[in-house]
Amino acid sequence: MPSTREMRLRIRSVKNLAQVTRALETVSASKVRKAMNAYGATRPYAEKAWKVLVHLARQPGHQSLHPLLTERDSIERVLVVMISSDRGLAGAYNVNILRHTLDLEKQLGKPVDYIAVGRKGRDMLVRRRKHLIADFSDLPAAPSFMDVSAIGRLVVKEFLERRVDQVFLSYTEFFTMIKQVPTTHKILPLEVVYGGKGPNSTNHRTSSVFTYEPDQNQILDEIIPRFTALQVYKAILSSQASEHAARMVAMRNATDSANELVDVLQLDYNKVRQQSITNDLLDIAGGANALSSAS
Amino acid sequence: MPIRCEIVSQDRVVFSGDVDMVILPGADGVMGILPNHSPVLTTLNYGIITVRKKSTDQVFTVAGGIAEVQPDQVTVLADAAENVLEIDVQRAEAARKRAEEALKAEVSLDSDRYLRLQAALKRSHLRLEAARKYRGGPKFGS
Repeated sequence: MPSTREMRLRIRSVKNLAQVTRALETVSASKVRKAMNAYGATRPYAEKAWKVLVHLARQPGHQSLHPLLTERDSIERVLVVMISSDRGLAGAYNVNILRHTLDLEKQLGKPVDYIAVGRKGRDMLVRRRKHLIADFSDLPAAPSFMDVSAIGRLVVKEFLERRVDQVFLSYTEFFTMIKQVPTTHKILPLEVVYGGKGPNSTNHRTSSVFTYEPDQNQILDEIIPRFTALQVYKAILSSQASEHAARMVAMRNATDSANELVDVLQLDYNKVRQQSITNDLLDIAGGANALSSAS
Repeated sequence: MPIRCEIVSQDRVVFSGDVDMVILPGADGVMGILPNHSPVLTTLNYGIITVRKKSTDQVFTVAGGIAEVQPDQVTVLADAAENVLEIDVQRAEAARKRAEEALKAEVSLDSDRYLRLQAALKRSHLRLEAARKYRGGPKFGS
């Protein structure tokens, strides 16, 4: 049995730990809200850009599709952008996204290049000897579009220069505080599906005849890379919200277990204390007995 | 008949409202758009968007993007847009200095970084210019 002093120290340190985890939980909760607000702010642009894109893609007599819209006949190499976090202490968040990404790789059955966003994901990919072509770690806590547009640019460049034939985004979709789902989503070539209900489907129709300046293809040249970058940006914001939510839950669990541990330790401590008092009493009683019998 | 004008950038709605005229820097030159303009889809240059309502102007800087014009509607998808009144002159000045120095200091820049710095320089020039020209009381006419 440890001494009562040691046990008191132990209890105090666990209590301190619980305080720290509770503070982290509160901080994460407010960060989730921030990330979700930023995510919501991208909606107007995304909707408008999508409308323009669809409008252009379905122009009559527009036979030769833009290269960024064209599915390639044979898929030789695939690029996956995996979004993880820079920091740990977020429960299974990073492991989940990694497992999901590796599943995707298995499904594709093609050589895969990786772009890592987030230090944890990068480290895990490097450890598995994956082919990493770029690493975007240490993004600011609340990234602006400018901070991440470089990722979109790189992705489009890799695709256009035919180093890869498809690009996937692997990220964690935020649903609620307790539900975040690892998701993959193909972003290039961009698919425009008419009718139906998928994320890329549309029933949008325009009949007005437009004038294009400079011309349709150049406008597509401008808008598709921006749209791709926007998708990456949205995925990052959603992942950040998920990361903070995961951390919040992990921290709440940690706080709960710490409190439980304190209870258990407290009980043990009481037992030890009682035991030592009993022993002392026995000693005294024994001593008194010995004295009285001696006299 | 007013035009419904919306200026959105990737991370926010910069302007939204009914106006009488929109002047924007199109790919082939500055265009003034009045109600019932024929539909146009155009890319934007770096420049100034002026939104006029009853001879009161609101001025925005825009760093490239796309504009969709319909008879009763103008939608601007801007890469970066800002109301001139919001421009932080000191920050823009600092940004310009930084970009200029970086361009000067690094002799062997790879093309990607060079382009990015140049874009940053262009943006801060535009901001400063716009702030100089349009700041100070509401303006009438342009």
